[in-house]
Amino acid sequence: MYQYDKYDQGMVDARVEEFRDQVRRRIAGDINDDQFKPLRLKNGLYLQLHAYMLRVAIPYGTFNSLQMRKLADIARKYDRGYGHFTTRQNIQYNWIKLEEAPDILAELATVEMHAIQTSGESIRNISADQYAGAAADEICDPRPWAELIRQATTFHPEFSYLPRKFKIAVISAAEDRAALRWHDCALRIVRNEAGEEGFEVYAGGGMGRTPFIAYKIRDFLPAQQIFSYLQAILRVWNLHARRDNIHKQRMKILVHELGEEEFRRQVEEEFQTFLALGTDFPQAEYDRIAEYFTPPPFEAGLSDEIDRSDPDFALWVDRQVAEHKAPGYAIANISLKPIGGIAGDISADQMDIVADLAERYSFDEIRATHAQNLVLPHVRKADLYAVWQALDAAELADANLDLITDIIACPGLDYCTLANARSIPLAQKISERFADMERQLDIGELKIKISGCINACGHHHAGQIGILGVDRKGTENYQLLLGGSGAEDTSQAKITGPGFDEAGIVDAVERTVERYRELREPGERFLDTYRRVGLDPFKEAIYG
Amino acid sequence: MANFRYRDDQPHEEPAVTLDAFLEQPDATAVRLEAGEDARRLIPFLGRLQLIEISFPRFRDGRGFSSARILREAGYEGELRAEGDVLIDLLFFMRRCGFDSFSSQHSLNPADVEAALNRYSNVYQDATDAAVPIWKLRHG
Ligand code: SF4
Repeated sequence: MYQYDKYDQGMVDARVEEFRDQVRRRIAGDINDDQFKPLRLKNGLYLQLHAYMLRVAIPYGTFNSLQMRKLADIARKYDRGYGHFTTRQNIQYNWIKLEEAPDILAELATVEMHAIQTSGESIRNISADQYAGAAADEICDPRPWAELIRQATTFHPEFSYLPRKFKIAVISAAEDRAALRWHDCALRIVRNEAGEEGFEVYAGGGMGRTPFIAYKIRDFLPAQQIFSYLQAILRVWNLHARRDNIHKQRMKILVHELGEEEFRRQVEEEFQTFLALGTDFPQAEYDRIAEYFTPPPFEAGLSDEIDRSDPDFALWVDRQVAEHKAPGYAIANISLKPIGGIAGDISADQMDIVADLAERYSFDEIRATHAQNLVLPHVRKADLYAVWQALDAAELADANLDLITDIIACPGLDYCTLANARSIPLAQKISERFADMERQLDIGELKIKISGCINACGHHHAGQIGILGVDRKGTENYQLLLGGSGAEDTSQAKITGPGFDEAGIVDAVERTVERYRELREPGERFLDTYRRVGLDPFKEAIYG
Repeated sequence: MANFRYRDDQPHEEPAVTLDAFLEQPDATAVRLEAGEDARRLIPFLGRLQLIEISFPRFRDGRGFSSARILREAGYEGELRAEGDVLIDLLFFMRRCGFDSFSSQHSLNPADVEAALNRYSNVYQDATDAAVPIWKLRHG
């Protein structure tokens, strides 16, 4: 994976000192809270209900054991012994003191980590396919481009005070594991007929209160021109977005208001301006970065056999292990969704164990996924049993990837100042209701996504079953949505009807699932059945 | 109130007029752009312009960064002033986008200004200043 040189290190070190100075000026009263807020947000620091929350960047979801151990240390030293993986492949801490934040950033910088642009109205940390570099279905590793874009968009002088946040995702596989078209700008690496690498570019996606699926703005962009193109998109938006209503400032709204054609026309025009400026990074820089992502030295001649004699292990293999591009290797998913647990939470001790496993069995690589799980990307099939045993001992061996208990849930009213309703306890109740493994397997792939308010951090619009917390006359209420997808068949979930209280929504989910079991045809996932029969049969089951 | 200027020439005396007024006055040499006004309308007149003031009504409104860069990229060499809710932590980005003078409604501590402008010895990307991007340094 990528390693900092003296320049990269210099940037994060300077950033730590800058933030230290900003905190000092805030405490001295030289800047007021309103002025300080965007500064702390650009360093990932939110003020939540009970304390500050710090969001640490994991660029394109890739990190190593040294970094994981540092994250564990920070959890012990500055937080309450755990961390929380987010839907943007980052990790956040919920119990941070403002005065200690500069020290935490300094500790992160010692392991080439930071919290730069993890929130605020900036170009956010880039997300990517968590199987990058390991997936059997990718045409190349998307991470060198993600790293190049990371550098190009870090402290960008023109685009550091944007109308709103701007999220980028990069993938290169046919299967979309990164919720691509739910981003402001989504890039899929493709090859043209001449065999040249380029990007299929999508723009204007996003969740929040006005969800849009990104539209394809370009079929093929020569890869070398990506920075010009991104700057063109950003400039059109920066100049023309509304600035009078925070809820209407995301790029998706501008795209919607201008229309796809007109937005594309303006971007193409601005693109010519940027091309002429010659700000694109040269091939040599791409090659330098790509060197760091040369595949690890996979052993040749390994067997693909897996000894499945232990039934619990066999179950885990069937659910959690994905196909690797190298023979004899596998991708091992680690569930952070134990039954009744908190989605995405992990204790410091568990972090250390994952770090050990990565070091010993996965060429020192770990990945974070947007579904709030972890991945060991390069495990020898012969080592899977040992990995599983260690995970099992650490209570990390749940076998529920993409099943009904693999729930995405935002922090909700337990932490978040914006929340209308709690997400965590609801996810726990649903998970407990469907705890039975046989039942989960019978239901099959079913992605539930829960947001505590309309901001949609829990991706409810993309949930096959989505749940949205709303405030109804001062009490927590939940709306049920069906039919969303964050995969390559992207779709937006639809509201079923009137909302429910907490007990009611769990029952409604169960009625939805039971109706699916009645209606499904052989081989159909929930989403397939829903698409075939539509909303009505489910409404009938839910509202009777 | 704090005013800073990073130019060697004499400050321009003529007051900046509004964009509409400027477009009607063939002799005007100083103009003020409000946030949201199209900087490209000035491009035909860059030769005679000596001062362009870009307003930052609220520091969060970053449109002025794009306006400044557009003007510099079009070849404007006169004074480019950021005016209004100009805060210390914006200055570095403003300099990189081509601003060479500042008129802030706040009193800014000169030592903090200097520190903010000199904090980063390198930059990752080209802008309109002379800073050499890191990728160029890496490849000699
Ligand atoms: S969806 Fe709402 S409640 Fe949940 S984390 Fe986001 S802002 Fe907070």
